[in-house]
Amino acid sequence: MELIFEQSREGRGCAILPGLDVPAAELPEGLRRGKKLHLPQIAEVDISRHYTALMKRTHGVNDGFYPLGSCTMKYNPKINDEMANLPGFAKIHPLQPAHTVQGCLKALCMAEELLCEITGMDSMTFQPAAGAHGEFTGLMLIQAYHESRGDHKRTKIIVPDAAHGTNPASAAMVGYEVVSIPSNSEGCVDLEKLRAAVGEDTAGLMLTNPNTVGIFDKNILEITRIIHDAGGLNYYDGANLNAVMGIVRPGDMGFDVIHLNLHKTFSTPHGGGGPGSGPVGCKELLKPFLPVFHQVREGDSCKFENPAQSIGSVKAFYGNFLVVLRALAYVLTLGAEGIPEASANAVLNANYLMHELADLYEMAYDGPCMHEFVMSLSKLKKENGVSAMDIAKSLLDHGIHPPTMYFPLIVEEALMVEPTETESKETLDGAAAVFRSIYETALSDPQSLHDAPVRTPIRRPDELGAARNPKLRYQFTE
Amino acid sequence: MGSYVPSTRQERAQMLQKIGVDSIDALFANVPAGMKLKTLNIPQGKSELEVSGMMSALAEENRVFPVIFRGAGAYNHYIPSIVKSVTSKEEFITAYTPYQAEISQGILQSIFEYQTMICELTGMDVSNASVYDGASAAAEAAAMCRDRRRSRVLVSAAAHPMVIRTIQTYCHAAHVEVGIVPMKDGVTDKDALASMLDAKTACFYLQQPNYFGQLEDADTFGELVHGAGAKYIMGVNPIACAMVKTPAESGADIAVGEGQPLGMPLSFGGPYLGFMACTSAMMRKLPGRIVGETTDSEGNRAFVLTLQAREQHIRREKASSNVCSNQALCALTASVYMTAMGAQGMQQVAELCYAKAHYTAAELGKIKGFELVYNGPFFHEFVTGCPGDPQVLLSRLEEEGILGGYPVEGGILWCATEMNTKAQIDKLASVIREVSGAWN
Repeated sequence: MELIFEQSREGRGCAILPGLDVPAAELPEGLRRGKKLHLPQIAEVDISRHYTALMKRTHGVNDGFYPLGSCTMKYNPKINDEMANLPGFAKIHPLQPAHTVQGCLKALCMAEELLCEITGMDSMTFQPAAGAHGEFTGLMLIQAYHESRGDHKRTKIIVPDAAHGTNPASAAMVGYEVVSIPSNSEGCVDLEKLRAAVGEDTAGLMLTNPNTVGIFDKNILEITRIIHDAGGLNYYDGANLNAVMGIVRPGDMGFDVIHLNLHKTFSTPHGGGGPGSGPVGCKELLKPFLPVFHQVREGDSCKFENPAQSIGSVKAFYGNFLVVLRALAYVLTLGAEGIPEASANAVLNANYLMHELADLYEMAYDGPCMHEFVMSLSKLKKENGVSAMDIAKSLLDHGIHPPTMYFPLIVEEALMVEPTETESKETLDGAAAVFRSIYETALSDPQSLHDAPVRTPIRRPDELGAARNPKLRYQFTE
Repeated sequence: MGSYVPSTRQERAQMLQKIGVDSIDALFANVPAGMKLKTLNIPQGKSELEVSGMMSALAEENRVFPVIFRGAGAYNHYIPSIVKSVTSKEEFITAYTPYQAEISQGILQSIFEYQTMICELTGMDVSNASVYDGASAAAEAAAMCRDRRRSRVLVSAAAHPMVIRTIQTYCHAAHVEVGIVPMKDGVTDKDALASMLDAKTACFYLQQPNYFGQLEDADTFGELVHGAGAKYIMGVNPIACAMVKTPAESGADIAVGEGQPLGMPLSFGGPYLGFMACTSAMMRKLPGRIVGETTDSEGNRAFVLTLQAREQHIRREKASSNVCSNQALCALTASVYMTAMGAQGMQQVAELCYAKAHYTAAELGKIKGFELVYNGPFFHEFVTGCPGDPQVLLSRLEEEGILGGYPVEGGILWCATEMNTKAQIDKLASVIREVSGAWN
């Protein structure tokens, strides 16, 4: 397909702005841009058609089943988008006086109160723009806590080997040494290994529960106690909260600080990779260190306050505010019964789909799963040469977005499936039938899976070539 | 109560029966019984109509100013209708990060086009797919420059205070020292920078135009920084880039900035867009997603996420950054904006901003005490004195539906854009004249 630049024709364009109604002013010569600016010259009709063509080459939740493990691709309710786009939110300057933004501040206070109750936390900042940004913020809170006590020997963060890649990467950004501990045969934390790893240098633990293989670690209280006894703090990676919201709270599991992915659990759309929102909740002991601009109620009104020993700022202003609004509308809609109902059905859907596949596909772990499950294609790979990648690519031909591939790293040839609660039984049955037919094809005609996909806008791309010979922009001929 | 669960009670029973358990609760057997929540203490769920009413009531508690003369990091620009139309398409809104290239060519191509436009605007060689905002882009840029030998980060005191704070926060976390280069006459002090640069300095961050709207002598800073063997980061306003010397022309190694002026509404501060571009030499240090062009197995043009060996899901604790999500929909917004404007439109909006700001400054300058505080060249923001309590003036302006400038040390920071008509500017001047008349 043509790039927008290749459709450009000298002299075309849109008439967007009026002429000057004040005297012209000239920028001094030495400050002027010398380099020619190349941007497309296109009539509005062709802009519209170009992006419509790109839209047709994009697969969203609206296009079909999207069981991308760990990403919680649930339906994104439209009312939430409409509310966020109200002029009373979208047209508000972030530096307006407090008395003119009471609605924004109240929305933040309400979101904080509701999400703290759901997670068992005491306080929450909305400044982090995404999950990884939240991890970074939360770890800085842990760092600030230890430093405030004059405890400078805590240099290590413990991270299970099944953790999301962002966990160790975030810990490294905060200058921590990452201690990776192996999972046990059930995919959970090995208590003996954990006990052996903790000590006076333990700053904290980062954990996802249910973990990345979709299992709720039944030893969770023991795990968080081991860390607390060693003087460390417990960080909850909220990526998998959709399994347990309203059913069990990270705060009651012994966690001191968490991040949420509003763009996963709380139904805000992913936008092709963002904007997300990664609010960080914490217990009272970490509250003095929260980023600046913490929303607080004061009588009938609300305002921002800078916590006494704040870590500072992780971005400008107050976070991805319009995303927070969408999540607020979602929580208000679901309420006290709807929140646990969503998680219960997420777990039911995952177990149902797993059950429908378990006689053909090898599950990485036994027993019921939570909101997602992990299959291992290693046997099929060895015996028939069909990889997790081949299965995934074949799903594309059936209009299904593939599960997360090759994660967690501790499972060979992994496919991680997360159906979410917003899929109907027919959708799950249809998906199960597709998975099963692909498996049969893997046995009868493996070559056709190596060749898949064939019905998509492009065939498999040459990724190696892209990395070896990076072409990262269009080059104009002057 | 509202719910987005399609399964009926009967279907749930069928599913449970197939799985072979009595209840959904049985699936939660691993959760210690005593830990389970008895009641979730939040209000009952509501219908869509009720939620719409509640959210609208909150929106109505905010004041939308019809006239805005305030910038300070968030700018009121016209957003062409085609921008909203394109970014409302549900495929773009509801897709995840484009991991599966075969069904994500739309998003991937839009990012490739965005990367090209950012390179054009800044003059730099390589752009990433965006980060959270301008401030976090600046902090990530500083991290790109640090190594064992050179770890100290220098930042101009004339940069946006929130950007300075964000860089400080990121650096503090990594135990890295930040030096603030002082300001003189509204611009960064060259002599002070020269004396602060040393063999440990990793980089210097300059904002152009700076927080006070002043245009810095960016070339000279570039020469100073490179002379000391450090890297030069420029934080730029993307609208000004259409008119003012590009960061590449001023010698920057990395250009970053807040992309909000490129079609994003003010939105009480977010979501915005952090753009990041650099020289080819620094390409492999860029954080976040990068899209590259390649071919598919049949030789067709194809786009993929590339250079992933830098990223957290491969490198874990050795990654160049922890960035995972970006601001893809905002990047799409920016590219549709730049497409609708074209090169000519981008230059026009820059010229309108420049002329309106200079007219505003001239009109305000006619009022005693409201003369310019700094005399250097400026783009679309400037500081004037204020001979009385700024809050008194700003409250009076509010009554007229005008969001006035932002109080800063020594006066008020004003901003004018293409949105401000001559009539609005004249009205602003007349209200100021009236208020200051009472002060004299």
